[in-house]
Amino acid sequence: MTIGWIVRKSLRQHALSTVVTAVSIGLAGALLMSIWVIKSQSHQTFTRVTGGFDAVLGARSSKLQLVLNAVFHLEASPANIEWQDYIALTNHPTVALAVPIAMGDNYRGFRVVGTLPDMFTRIEDAPGRKFHMQAPGRIFDPALREAVVGSFAAQKLNLRRGSKFHPYHGLNFAEEHEHAEEYIIVGVLEPSNTPADRVIWIPLEGVQKMSGHAAEAATQISAVLVKLKTPMTGQMLDNQYNRKETRLTFAWPIGTIMSDLLNKISWFDRVLELVAYLVAVVAAGSILASIYNSMNERRRQIALLRALGAHRGFVSASIILEAASIACIGVLIAFFIYVAITSTAASIIRTQTGVVIDAWAFHPVMIWAPLALIVLAALVGCVPAMKAYRVDVAEHLLPTQ
Amino acid sequence: MPLLELTQVRKCFATPDGTTHCVVDVPRFELADKAHVALAGESGSGKTTLLNLIAGIVSPDSGSIKLAGRELGNLREGERDRARAETIGFIFQTFNLLPGYTCLENVLLGMAFGPGHDRRFAEMLLKRVGLENRLHYYPRQLSTGQQQRVAVARALANRPGLVLADEPTGNLDHANAREALKLIREACYENNAALLLVSHDREVLAGFENVVQLTDINLASRKVAA
Repeated sequence: MTIGWIVRKSLRQHALSTVVTAVSIGLAGALLMSIWVIKSQSHQTFTRVTGGFDAVLGARSSKLQLVLNAVFHLEASPANIEWQDYIALTNHPTVALAVPIAMGDNYRGFRVVGTLPDMFTRIEDAPGRKFHMQAPGRIFDPALREAVVGSFAAQKLNLRRGSKFHPYHGLNFAEEHEHAEEYIIVGVLEPSNTPADRVIWIPLEGVQKMSGHAAEAATQISAVLVKLKTPMTGQMLDNQYNRKETRLTFAWPIGTIMSDLLNKISWFDRVLELVAYLVAVVAAGSILASIYNSMNERRRQIALLRALGAHRGFVSASIILEAASIACIGVLIAFFIYVAITSTAASIIRTQTGVVIDAWAFHPVMIWAPLALIVLAALVGCVPAMKAYRVDVAEHLLPTQ
Repeated sequence: MPLLELTQVRKCFATPDGTTHCVVDVPRFELADKAHVALAGESGSGKTTLLNLIAGIVSPDSGSIKLAGRELGNLREGERDRARAETIGFIFQTFNLLPGYTCLENVLLGMAFGPGHDRRFAEMLLKRVGLENRLHYYPRQLSTGQQQRVAVARALANRPGLVLADEPTGNLDHANAREALKLIREACYENNAALLLVSHDREVLAGFENVVQLTDINLASRKVAA
C-alpha cells in the first residue's frame, strides 16, 4: 500500500493543482455525459411522445408544424379546419378515434386547449396508461365552463380544484386580452411527463364560442388528433390528404416526423460532442501540465525515494497512479456537475415542452466516459512518469541541488 | 566475513572537454560488521561518489562491491534497490527530509521499501532521538538540529546493517554537530548497525577511533590532493 500512501501524500502536497485539475476533468466528464444523455433521452422522448395518437390532421402546412402545434403545443396553428373535415375523418374506416382540438387562448402563458372528454377517457398516452385525475377530481362537463389542468401548469400557476380563471386571447399572454368567460377547475391531471402536463383543457365549444373569437370559429377546429385502427393504414390517409387534396395536411406517423426533425439538427449534437471531446483533451492536458511542471521540485523527492530503495518502476507507477487518481477525483466531481447540468436542462426542457428527461436514468456513457477519462489521464501521466524514471539519483541528492 | 568489501573499484566520468576524470579508484577496502569508521577527505575527493557506489545508486565502471555477502554487480537494478532498502540507512548533509511528510511519516518512509511500515518502531526511534512530542510536526516546523535527528531516525528505520552518513554534521553548528554525532553513533550501536561516515570536519573525525584517510584507500583522490 506504500504506493497509495505516497500518491495520497503527493495529491495533498499539490492540493491546489489537484483540485483545479480534477475540476477541469469533472467539467469534461460532466459535459460528455450530459451531452450524450440529453441527446439520447431527448431523441427517445420526443419520438415516443405521441399523446397516444398516430397522426394529426390540420390545415395545409408542414407536417412538422402540425405535430409541434397539436402534440407538443409549441408552434402556432397554421389555420383552422372545418368541423365537416373532422366528421369526414371520423367516418373513415381506418380511423379508430379522432379527437378535435381548438387552440388560440392561454392563461398566463399556458395554452388553453378545447377538446372532447374522449381525450381523457379513450386515449392511452402510453401503452396501458390513460390520463389519471388527481383525487378528488373529474373530467369537465362539455356543456359547462369547466376545466381540467395539466399537473405542471397547475403547479406553476398555483391552480387547484375549485380555482377559477379567465382565459386570455392568443397563444402569448397579454394582460389586456382577457376573455370575459370564467372557468372553474374541476380536476388536475396526474403528471404524465408529456406536453399535456402544460395544458389547460376546456370543452371544445368553450374555445369555439369564446367571446371575441371570430364568428366562423364556432364551426372550426385547429386540428384533429387521430388514432388509427392499425398504424400502417395511415398510408391510405396520407395519400388521400397529402397527394389528392391541397387544403389539408395529414401528419403521419408522428414519431417519424419528430425523428426527422431531430436528425436534421443532429449536426448540432455532433458539434457539442466535439466540444466535449476537446474539453476532455484540454483537461487531460491540464493533468500533464500540472504534474510535468512540478517535476523539477519532485526530482529531489524521487531521488530520495530511490535512495531509500524505491525502484524506478515504482516512482513511475506512482506518477501514473497520481494522474489516474486526479482523474478519479474528477470523475466523482463530474457526476455532481452532471446531475446539476441535466437537472437544469431537464427543467428547461420540461418548462418549454412538457417533456421530462430523467437525470438519474442510466446510460452507458456513464461507464465509458469516466473510464476513458481515467485511461486518458493515466496515458498522459506516462510522460512525466518517463521523466521520473530517468531521474539521476546521485545528482539530485547533492546538497547543492 | 566483512560486512562491506570493495575490490579494484573504479568510477570515472566524462568531462565536458572530452577527457575522462576518475573520482574513485579503490584497490581494497573492508568494513567489519558493526564497525564505526570515519572516512576523512576534502571536497571533491570522491566521498559522496564512493557512498553512492556502496549504496548501489551508482554502478562502478569496474571492480567488485560486496555488501553483506552479496556482489552488487551481479544484482539487477531492482535487486540492488531492494538490497539498499533492506541493508542500508542513509544520512545526508542536508537531511533530505520530505517537506510534505511529518516526522513520523518521514521515518515510516525509511522502512516503506524494505521491511514495511512498523509504526511502533518508528515512534520508538523518534522517541530515542528525543522527538516523541514532534511526531506530527512537518520539517519546516523543526529546528535544523531536530531535522537531523529525524534523519537519523529514518536512517535506522529499516533496521539496516550499514548506515552511510555523508557529512551529516555539515549543516549544524558545533554544539549541535557534537550532539548529532553522539546520537548517530549511539543509535547505530543500539541497533547493531555499522557506520561509515565521511567528513572533512576535524572535530567530527576526532570522535572516531577508526579514521581512514580517503587518500589512503582512493588512489583517484591522491591525484586531487596532489
